[in-house]
Amino acid sequence: MINQVYRLVSPRQFEVTYRDKTVMGNQVVVRPTHLSICAADQRYYTGTRGKEAMKKKLPMALIHEGVGEVVYDPTGKRKVGTKVVLVPNTPTEKNEVIAENYLRSSKFRSSGYDGFMQDYVFLDDDRIVELPEDINMNVAAFTELVTIAVHAISRFEKKSHIQKDSFGVWGDGNLGFITCLLLKKLYPESTVSIFGKTDYKLARFSFVDNAYKIDEIPDEVSIDHAIECAGGKGSQYALDQIIDHIKPEGTVCLLGVSEYPIEVNTRMVLEKGLTLLGSSRSGAADFQRTVDIYRDYPEIVEYLSTIIGDVHEVKKIEDATDAFESDLSNSWGKTVMRWLI
Amino acid sequence: MIYAGILAGGKGTRMGNVPMPKQFLLLNEKPIIVHTVEKFILNSQFDKIIIATPKEWVNHTLDILKKYKLNLPVVEVITGGSDRNETIMSIVNYIEKENELTDDDILVTHDAVRPFLTHRIIQENIENGLENSAVDTVIPAIDTIVESEDKDYITSIPRRDHMYQGQTPQTFKIGVFKDLYSKLSQEEKTILTDACKIFSLKGEQVKLVQGEIFNIKVTTPYDLNVSNAIIKGSLNQ
Repeated sequence: MINQVYRLVSPRQFEVTYRDKTVMGNQVVVRPTHLSICAADQRYYTGTRGKEAMKKKLPMALIHEGVGEVVYDPTGKRKVGTKVVLVPNTPTEKNEVIAENYLRSSKFRSSGYDGFMQDYVFLDDDRIVELPEDINMNVAAFTELVTIAVHAISRFEKKSHIQKDSFGVWGDGNLGFITCLLLKKLYPESTVSIFGKTDYKLARFSFVDNAYKIDEIPDEVSIDHAIECAGGKGSQYALDQIIDHIKPEGTVCLLGVSEYPIEVNTRMVLEKGLTLLGSSRSGAADFQRTVDIYRDYPEIVEYLSTIIGDVHEVKKIEDATDAFESDLSNSWGKTVMRWLI
Repeated sequence: MIYAGILAGGKGTRMGNVPMPKQFLLLNEKPIIVHTVEKFILNSQFDKIIIATPKEWVNHTLDILKKYKLNLPVVEVITGGSDRNETIMSIVNYIEKENELTDDDILVTHDAVRPFLTHRIIQENIENGLENSAVDTVIPAIDTIVESEDKDYITSIPRRDHMYQGQTPQTFKIGVFKDLYSKLSQEEKTILTDACKIFSLKGEQVKLVQGEIFNIKVTTPYDLNVSNAIIKGSLNQ
């Protein structure tokens, strides 16, 4: 079969390319139905990844957050039409110690390897996770983003001390919202505080115990553990504040990606005996845990539906361009493309 | 019921001096018809995908389907007719023989030699086919269309923004097609080689579905070269 792959060839320019694929092979074939745009996709789309990275990675199909329906499953495990979420991380080796998303040999969709903007996506059997039949597919579209928080929390659970009375989350964007929501549901007895800088964004965090503006944090505020979801240059300021307000022996989960190295007050990290815990991307197990959480806490899916920004119907390449452009002008919420191309 | 009819009736006279019909020639080392059938197999709405091919090529078609593991219960190979509409009629006759026809049954017909079609094109043909008597897949005309009746001087130049180029799939209600076709005189049958033209001339509305510029028909050695080039050109990344 000739599979259409919609690749970014240069900033703001998509082109259709064609790949010959065998349908009756060993891979599962999925028709993507809902795709969600991530900030990382936008860095390629706008060309802000820098010349070297652009030259090395393009042309490439964008999008690593997406869901679809199974159209062919060689294992027979899933019926045609089964709704699934697609796992963008694709390991090429097995390792007993190092998780699949940290193996340097793993490929990642829409980062040097074609993403989900295709007529059909071909994946190995373990790269899809079945979704509940009645799930809101616009929410399910950005499950990958939710798995980032779930993955970080899973790592945190393994590596932090047992006192978990209070959490602080820095960053009032989509990831901060999702992280607060998960913490509040998974640790209902704990206090969850959001630290952000924008009033209208903070107003969305209706379920947290405290919402602080980062320039008005009372001195007495203290937390057992912190999660940094700021990213960029903001990571440095966030980390400074976290180190000030966290209790000794706390764990600081770092999730925000910064383009350039940042300064860290290591003196206080040492004095307080803090653990800095980096985490990046996620693996198939995190997708499964996330879908299990959707099943166990249906209200999480409802809360997540409040961060759906625009939903664009994409029937031709120009519609995808419109969706990316519109996403750039939105300061809040996830842009979803209904993949009808 | 929703049926697909893959029209593989051509004997490839336009392809020049080649040993087999064009639908069996290789595109990236795989017969063109295999590429096309694979795209239809991935749409689970089809109750049957019927391939109509010249009688002497039925066995060959069955062999290549088996080779590419496409010998599935949903796929059927039958003998086509003497021309395009007769081939469609042989598909209709096959369907009638196997199942009782209902007014809602539709047939999505597609040229075996248009392997570049997309999920959307098939999907929109089905959706619009269920709502309308007939559906045609088209793209807006890029070149100006010039009409000449005597092949020497221009008769007319229609407005380009009203002109489209017809592709396939073409989809229609099977019962309506059967009815219209059976009423045509022998002379009309020889002129009306396009199924959608029959619907249009007989007063039925034909709905347009947007095709794709790349949904080309591989009918000449040039087309085959172009097709191979764009696939191979896309593979190096």
